[in-house]
Amino acid sequence: MGKRIAITGNFAIAEAMRQINPDVCAAYPITPSTQIMEKFSTFVADGKVDTELVTVESEHSAMSACIGASAAGGRVMTATSSQGLALMWEMLHIASGMRLPVVMTLVNRALSAPINIHGDHSDGMGARDCGWIQLWSENAQEAYDNLIQAIRIAEHDDIRLPAMVCMDGFIISHSIESMEMLPDDVVRDFIGEFKPKHPLLDIENPVTYGPLVLPDYFMEFKRQQHEAMLHVKDVVLEVAKEFQKISGRSYGLFETYRLEDAELAIVVLNSAAGTCKDVIDEYRDKGVRVGLLKPRLFRPFPYEEVAEALSGAKVIAVLDRAESFGGFGPMFMEISAAMLTNGSKPLMINKIYGLGGRDFMPEHAAVVIDEMKEVAETGKVKILKDYLGVRE
Amino acid sequence: MSTTPLRLKELSKKEDLLTGGHRLCSGCGAPIAVRQILLAAEVPLVAANATGCLEVSTSVYPYSAWKIPWIHTAFENAAATISGVEAMYKALKKKGKIKEKIKFIAFGGDGGTYDIGFQSLSGAMERGHDIVYICYDNGAYMNTGIQRSSATPLGANTTTSPAGSVVPGKLQPRKNLTKIMAAHGIPYVAQTTPAHWRDLMTKVRKALEVDGPAFINILASCNRGWRTPTDTAIQDSRLAVDTCFWPLYEYENGKLTINYKPKEKKPVVEFLKTQGRFKHLFSPENEHLLQKAQELVDKEWEALLREEAMWKAEEEKNSE
Repeated sequence: MGKRIAITGNFAIAEAMRQINPDVCAAYPITPSTQIMEKFSTFVADGKVDTELVTVESEHSAMSACIGASAAGGRVMTATSSQGLALMWEMLHIASGMRLPVVMTLVNRALSAPINIHGDHSDGMGARDCGWIQLWSENAQEAYDNLIQAIRIAEHDDIRLPAMVCMDGFIISHSIESMEMLPDDVVRDFIGEFKPKHPLLDIENPVTYGPLVLPDYFMEFKRQQHEAMLHVKDVVLEVAKEFQKISGRSYGLFETYRLEDAELAIVVLNSAAGTCKDVIDEYRDKGVRVGLLKPRLFRPFPYEEVAEALSGAKVIAVLDRAESFGGFGPMFMEISAAMLTNGSKPLMINKIYGLGGRDFMPEHAAVVIDEMKEVAETGKVKILKDYLGVRE
Repeated sequence: MSTTPLRLKELSKKEDLLTGGHRLCSGCGAPIAVRQILLAAEVPLVAANATGCLEVSTSVYPYSAWKIPWIHTAFENAAATISGVEAMYKALKKKGKIKEKIKFIAFGGDGGTYDIGFQSLSGAMERGHDIVYICYDNGAYMNTGIQRSSATPLGANTTTSPAGSVVPGKLQPRKNLTKIMAAHGIPYVAQTTPAHWRDLMTKVRKALEVDGPAFINILASCNRGWRTPTDTAIQDSRLAVDTCFWPLYEYENGKLTINYKPKEKKPVVEFLKTQGRFKHLFSPENEHLLQKAQELVDKEWEALLREEAMWKAEEEKNSE
């Protein structure tokens, strides 16, 4: 049904945006996501989309214009990375607080200082509490598929929240991969028409967006946002089911790899999961019962389902491509919370890897599995949180 | 559609689109300006509002004083926010999903416009959105309690430029934002006050008529920050114009017109002496600041006169 093509992550996202054909797109260039908007600008210039492109003067204005456009009553998209997302931070909360289904691609990149343009997850993890739905992607195919599904999820009647689709800077954004692209009309039918809710442009029914809400009502607003987040898991699965019908590809809240009977489990996001899977195969051949869990939906985090999937593991190694200085890696904290509330008591270790685009090599995955084996045998964790592939 | 004449009798029959019951201070200049703007408009408006007095006082949930669609997102981005609204309007109009003509307006105080929102304002103007940006300039961050802004006049006593025993209030002259906006080369830029309601409303109509960005800077007195009585907003604005502290002028496609020239230009102290924020300037040791304030006014006014004369000479040359 689809067409198999060779394409980079960035161009795959740009193609998805062409097929989605949003009403408004406001963006500001930043490495490594720049190519998305460059490519999309050529689609605008050549009349392949009828999007109003707003080439703003900063990411703060990009998100501000996205919010204005979304509140006006139409489909809105953007893309950014790293410092760009950091500059948007104030507005990320406002997009979600106003319940606006803006959809953004985040091409993950390290945050300064020191300045670095390569991929890690410190940008996306820093936006963890901004009220956005987050879908993470291992490769170009997943990023493309996630972006199309994100439109349906964000705009769902039970949700109406902004969503970001994350993929690794350079490793995915700039690498050419084989990917299947859906036909334009199939994507168009799948996402459907945008249904405006209380649009600003309805001048017959004037609405006030962004009022001052004092302690007498503020918590009710936040409670409703929480309620919307509670619906996300079901909608993600429902949309995935429908997406499978048009694509043949199946998605869940997370992906598991040889996890069913695993004693040792790796939890890792995005592109490093692919490397881990290869190494897991090698260890499986040697009789080591090791598997992997790769979260897809990070916000809201599916604690119960993740804990259930990991409940058979004796040792879990959580790999974080982001730091929380003075704390554990952000993914480790989620997995710990999931296991504790589930009542499981696995031994756990946290590895910080790949910061600022440092390569994650098969031997790094092997080091992790060897250490897990040792922990399983001795029942003891030597170092709870440690760095992987670093000069000490 | 017939245009309502700018006569009080006719205007009084129009619906007020900013209702009473909002929580701005009595005697505040901002809502007077906003009501005049909304009365002047003859097309439906959608507004964006920067964080500030006007925003917090007109939208205390679950109430809203706005009878037009209105959005507030943050402090520094009213221009970017309205850009997005206008872009969506264009997109939906192109697709036939919207038929009616709508115009877009943004409101910001001097903090949200001269300072923290300056970048997003400049960007929106450069991009050529069909929007009108209104700055209500009360010369300080009044919403957070009278802190100095780049619009605060020389010598003013504010909570972050307090008149002390060593430092006599704000040491810097104010930024001339109207001229900076004119330098953007946008179709319409003007300066006015709510005391000159016919001038203000004419300017709003001109701004709404142009296809592209327009900027109007409106002096809006604040009795809390200016340390004036609550019933002198209009007189204070008039004094600002009669002393040429705040000249009424406009740029139409780059061409300057001074809309009002006082027969007798009053000394700037006439404007300063009614306001408590300048009280300390009248101590003998601060006399040099009063002189400096007069020099600043004279310099700006003379430059405006010269520039207007240049345009007039050019016009005459072209008509020969």
